[in-house]
Amino acid sequence: MSETAKPSENLNIVIVGHVDHGKSTLLGRLYADTGSLPDGKLEKVQAICKQQGKEFEYAFLFDAFLEEQEQGITIDTARTFFMWKGRQYIIIDAPGHKEFLKNMISGAARAEAALLLIDALEGVREQSKKHGYLLSLLGVRQFAVVVNKMDLVAYRQDVFDGIEKEYREFLGQFKAVPSQFIPVSAKLGDNIANRSEQMAWYGGPTVLETLGAFKKEAARSEQPLRLPVQDVYKFDARRIITGRITAGRLKVGDHLVFSPSNKRANIRTVEAFNIEPQPTEGQAGQSIGVTLDEQIFVERGEVASHQEHLPLVSTAFRANLFWLGKRPLEKGRKYLLRVATKEVDCEVASIHRIIDTMDLAQQQSSNSISKNQVAELTLRTKAPVAFDLSASFEATGRFVLVDEYDIAGGGIITELVHDDQEFLREEARRRDFAWVKGEVTVEDRAQQYGHRAAVVLITGGRHTGKSFLARKLEGRLVADGRHAYLLDGENLRRGLDADLSEEERGQTAEMARRYGEVARLLTDTGLIVVSTTNPFGLAYREASQAIRTLVHPAPVIAVHMSKSEEESPPSTDVVLTGPTDFDAATSRILEELKRRGVLAQAIGAKPVFQYSI
Amino acid sequence: MKHLRQREDQSVYILREAYKHFDNLAMLWSMGKDSTVLLWLARKAFFGHVPFPLLHVDTSYKIPAMIEYRDRLAREWGLNLVVGQNKEALAAGMNHTMGRVVCCTALKTNGLKQLLENKGYTGVILGVRADEEGTRAKERYFSPRDKHGDWDFRDQPPELWDQYKTTFPPGTHIRIHPLLDWTEINIWEYIKLEQIPFIDLYLDKGDGTRYRSLGCAPCTSPIRSTAKSVDDIIEELRHTTVAERSGRAQDEGRGMELLRKDGYM
Repeated sequence: MSETAKPSENLNIVIVGHVDHGKSTLLGRLYADTGSLPDGKLEKVQAICKQQGKEFEYAFLFDAFLEEQEQGITIDTARTFFMWKGRQYIIIDAPGHKEFLKNMISGAARAEAALLLIDALEGVREQSKKHGYLLSLLGVRQFAVVVNKMDLVAYRQDVFDGIEKEYREFLGQFKAVPSQFIPVSAKLGDNIANRSEQMAWYGGPTVLETLGAFKKEAARSEQPLRLPVQDVYKFDARRIITGRITAGRLKVGDHLVFSPSNKRANIRTVEAFNIEPQPTEGQAGQSIGVTLDEQIFVERGEVASHQEHLPLVSTAFRANLFWLGKRPLEKGRKYLLRVATKEVDCEVASIHRIIDTMDLAQQQSSNSISKNQVAELTLRTKAPVAFDLSASFEATGRFVLVDEYDIAGGGIITELVHDDQEFLREEARRRDFAWVKGEVTVEDRAQQYGHRAAVVLITGGRHTGKSFLARKLEGRLVADGRHAYLLDGENLRRGLDADLSEEERGQTAEMARRYGEVARLLTDTGLIVVSTTNPFGLAYREASQAIRTLVHPAPVIAVHMSKSEEESPPSTDVVLTGPTDFDAATSRILEELKRRGVLAQAIGAKPVFQYSI
Repeated sequence: MKHLRQREDQSVYILREAYKHFDNLAMLWSMGKDSTVLLWLARKAFFGHVPFPLLHVDTSYKIPAMIEYRDRLAREWGLNLVVGQNKEALAAGMNHTMGRVVCCTALKTNGLKQLLENKGYTGVILGVRADEEGTRAKERYFSPRDKHGDWDFRDQPPELWDQYKTTFPPGTHIRIHPLLDWTEINIWEYIKLEQIPFIDLYLDKGDGTRYRSLGCAPCTSPIRSTAKSVDDIIEELRHTTVAERSGRAQDEGRGMELLRKDGYM
């Protein structure tokens, strides 16, 4: 019966369900009935069973570890393979035991389709519901429900119908629709490969027929382009931007926009090894490399797209999340967020509700989410992130959270949360897209000056020495041969802002916007801009955020000065507390400029940037 | 062919993730078909370059043709080859007659551990496949090993979508498995598609036998087969129900399970 036709495609299938509802038995039966077992495997397992004095079961075939057979439960996700009608199936066997939920999730996250098992005798149980909900959360939209152990309920149709009705209602609450409900006995082989004579009342497909009807994940090439930048290589003369296209397609000559930096360039070539002739396009699913017609600085984590269909950018979003961490997810603690290739610090801004996967009822809000819980929450990131809503783009619409060393949770993005920088970010985006450039590039200027452009922004309360430090720093930079300029807000007041009324000048937002746009112009000339938040008085937190947004992506080195210990604004790089030694402070800022790749390590040396030019 | 390109895209993505996240990265190369495909995939991922060293744990009992092939490709492809050997154990006369698991542990597992420790590698790329044998079916793409190189298969971190475990406590390391989803047939189909040079020990040269899996000379035996080309091998594999590693003595009994928990490849 072995089906050995040449495989034309692969399909990843996960089998989930409550513990003891018969997943391993179903697998054993599928393999045996499709002739996929290696010679001797059946006999080997039968011998072990005999040795241990127990009845042979198909389940044992897949429990490769002897310990597991002793425990009778599958411990971890295991992959096995079989071929049927020209398609190679990778079966991911995911354990149903409660404490192994993380393995079930790891398994399901790799799957393109799923079989969910329910024991006819036991009916819909806790893990049946949880797994059904998680499949939907993980984006597995193709699945069938297999009602197993029908032999134990005398193959009664009313039992099957009852389970189907109950479970469909449950799934309907989150709009999940299974392709099929199939009554089977995995142990006896009813409706697995062969139609059951015992259940003539069932006219639908067998399990194998159902697998055959699952569609290969629709290529996402018809969607707008998403190419999250994975890395930038310069092994030889080529500077290659690499990544996996998660949606859409691209071709040589396409104009790409990188978000959130808003950098733009055209694709010059598509690079590949041992492919003749050299490709000129790429589409969803491919790991590719492209070179650009302009040597712009882009880095891992940015998302390339076409200008007509940009991803969202914000520092906050709402999401559905499942938590698998050993310690609970807590409000206020720092986690590493990973969306596609972007990694950024984040924290939980609010937990809206914990979802009870048994009845999906509203639960009390909480300050933490424990292991194996599912919740709706809002996350806030330290820096702007490019992403999509999961409903429109799968790969750029989902994320994981890393707690200490481990991936401890994951989720899907359901809503953009507007942050206070939204309007300025939009202004910066529109302005950058329309920016008229000369022939001289950013890299030309950097080479000529021996450093990159940057903003050193000194924040702090009154009389902390900000202006003095700024002047000293400017002097030191210029003495070292750098191109630096002290941008004092007072100078703007009397010139650019002279048209504003006294009242208008008191509004931080507009003043910061004007200041930020001037700083942006100066960084575009290649200068290191030294500035203080003096003009904004005590509203320096708001102002520095706005300036950051407007000069983005030029690096901002934030220096905070205070007379005594106090909380610095977010993302401060250098903290100066108490009486200041200005020479030491200047040196620390220079070190930070070197660390960030703005300055070369030694004066007079050609700058060695973190990125290749 | 499409299914091979899908595998390739996934493996290339994993290799690039590994290169991005691990400063001290190396790839294990046994010169067998799998790790040679892996090496080829690295050249795909890095556009003809292999930007990390290739490690070979030499037991001294390998089939001589494998060593010749190793040195030839290293030269032609400009590879940074690092050969490790448990010299102490060999000096003490270690060989397979002392027990296969004992010998594999000493010369391969411990040889590998010594090499990793001496060079301080924190990421090691291996060509293991899930369909080879049961314990490998349970691996993650990025699979942590503790300070002793041991694998706790009962408590593995979750692996979601294309997000892998790339952070780890000092003293531990990560094993990276880009070929996990490939099957034996896929490997040969890909060798054919890309025309990757492989050792001819895999082919029947007239005596009606060939090697299906390569290891140390004393513990690896050829299988009966008349496959004289890659096409023949693919055709043979489509019909066989004999396990790939049936010629590998270490798989007998609980051999592989014990070896792999302890840090074997």
